[in-house]
Amino acid sequence: MSDIITIENLSKSYASGVHSLHDVSLSIRKGELFALLGPNGAGKTTLISIICGLTKITHGHIQVGGYDIIHQYREARSKIGLVPQEITIDIFDSPWKTVRFSRSLFGLPNNDDYIEELLKSLSLWDKRNQKMITLSGGMKRRVMIAKALAHEPQVLFLDEPTAGVDVELRQSMWEQIRTLKSNGVTIILTTHYIEEAEEMADRIGILNNGQLVLVEDKQTLMQRMSTKQVSIELKDPLATLPNTLTPFHVSLHEHKFIKMRYDFEQETHTIADVLDTLKQNNLTYVDIQTEQDSLEDIFVRLTKS
Amino acid sequence: MRLQSIFTIYKAELLRMRRTLIQSIVAPILSTSLYFIVFGSAIGSHINEIDGIGYGSFIVPGLIMLSVLTQSISTGSFGIYFPRFNGTIYEILSAPMSYIEVVIAYVGAATSKAFLIGLLILATSFAFTPVSIQNPGLMLVFLVLTCITFSLFGFMIGIWAGNFEKLQIIPALVITPLTFLGGSFYSISMLPPFWETVSLFNPVVYLISGFRWSFYGQGDVSLTTSFVMIGVFLSVSLIITHWIFKTGYRLKP
Ligand SMILES: Nc1ncnc2c1ncn2[C@@H]1O[C@H](COP(=O)(O)OP(=O)(O)OP(=O)(O)O)[C@@H](O)[C@H]1O
Ligand SMILES: [Mg+2]
Repeated sequence: MSDIITIENLSKSYASGVHSLHDVSLSIRKGELFALLGPNGAGKTTLISIICGLTKITHGHIQVGGYDIIHQYREARSKIGLVPQEITIDIFDSPWKTVRFSRSLFGLPNNDDYIEELLKSLSLWDKRNQKMITLSGGMKRRVMIAKALAHEPQVLFLDEPTAGVDVELRQSMWEQIRTLKSNGVTIILTTHYIEEAEEMADRIGILNNGQLVLVEDKQTLMQRMSTKQVSIELKDPLATLPNTLTPFHVSLHEHKFIKMRYDFEQETHTIADVLDTLKQNNLTYVDIQTEQDSLEDIFVRLTKS
Repeated sequence: MRLQSIFTIYKAELLRMRRTLIQSIVAPILSTSLYFIVFGSAIGSHINEIDGIGYGSFIVPGLIMLSVLTQSISTGSFGIYFPRFNGTIYEILSAPMSYIEVVIAYVGAATSKAFLIGLLILATSFAFTPVSIQNPGLMLVFLVLTCITFSLFGFMIGIWAGNFEKLQIIPALVITPLTFLGGSFYSISMLPPFWETVSLFNPVVYLISGFRWSFYGQGDVSLTTSFVMIGVFLSVSLIITHWIFKTGYRLKP
């Protein structure tokens, strides 16, 4: 798969002296859904704003679709749709007018059929002629999405698209995002809902204090970083663990549960070994449970400290 | 040049102005009419002719300039301040447009409105006093140049202003006094020599003088001087605008 965005050694310091990005290099693949995670102030919005031309680069290079965002900004920006973090609309406008405006602003010929389809897919068609001051927050956010899609971009940035959106609507937004993706749009989304990244992303990047601390396929990530915990429930209570179990790094809880943590990668002993040893000691067990780390645990571990 | 993008903003701006059409047209016409009634008819009837022109007629070019300057600046500044204020500027800045195109769109819209208001006031003045326009072509050129220059000036204020007060303060504190002292209601040769010299530092004197020249074939300074001066203002405004976009001042952090 080819890359649609390449970011090389990007650094950003604001005039205030805040260094919000440090030497970030990242490639976004065509057609993927990339989830950018990170705590408040990590630099997610800054990164997006720079790519979209809203914020100046301090150092580094960025290409979108093979075009440099500074020297070939017209070509680069034509490919990008942006839904900013804050809802910013002219509340006296109507969805229909503002979406048509966006399309025309990007130099595309009118296509009312396309806009009709777009507004329908975002459940805004009924509201198309209402002043936006009369729309709810979730509706306004969907208007922002419609505006970003008005010029049929190849890359869509969604900066916290589901912040403050109710559960049902979030599900339906996920559905819409998936549809966009299946239409070939590359999507970069930031979110504070880990389950959103878990649910949607092909790849996940974690930004912390302006540094990209991790970029990984979601699947690999879940496997590589996850440690599993196994809990074996014994039939009869046990005072102390038999010495033969010592090499397995297990511990006894409440005289009844033998617990064992292991990494997928560095594992030297298997659960089977432990179970065999139990048998040799004539210890019978009634239940085995495994628990797996979630992405949230990984996130917290990486962004702590 | 992406004409379509420019025209999209231009049209949207004019449509937005239409929301407040009545205020923006009625207000200047009303105030100009009041000036004519008070200064032109009531007081003017006791004032001698100036340079052989009746007082009512004499103040016409100055009154038009007064409104055109105020309108250009307020429309030009509000046009760009509004999207900054409500955040919709993100869309303009992320569009595949050059900054020159953005400036043309906003300044063009402000210029159009100010120009129309100028013509409306001219039309109004015919109702109050005899007006002759010796050189209509020249008059239009002056009017357009003034609208462009001061819409651009307003645009800069709109980018600089951090709140609504700042948006109002320059027109109120600087432009209004300069216009009143710029010879709208008198010829600067009527001033004592010292103040006459001081007046020559007032840029508005040149605008009004040149504009009056196109009406009555005479002004406080020569026509060439007026043209040179308006050229200077326009150039300075263009240079500052260029600097604003080059550095991203107040637009791109
Ligand atoms: N215009 C600005 N001027 C100065 N500093 C800024 C500006 N915008 C952002 N910052 C700083 O840059 C850092 C990164 O901010 P950014 O908005 O990119 O974070 P974020 O990851 O999007 O956070 P959040 O999850 O809260 O949206 C913060 O320290 C912030 O204070
Ligand atoms: Mg943010």
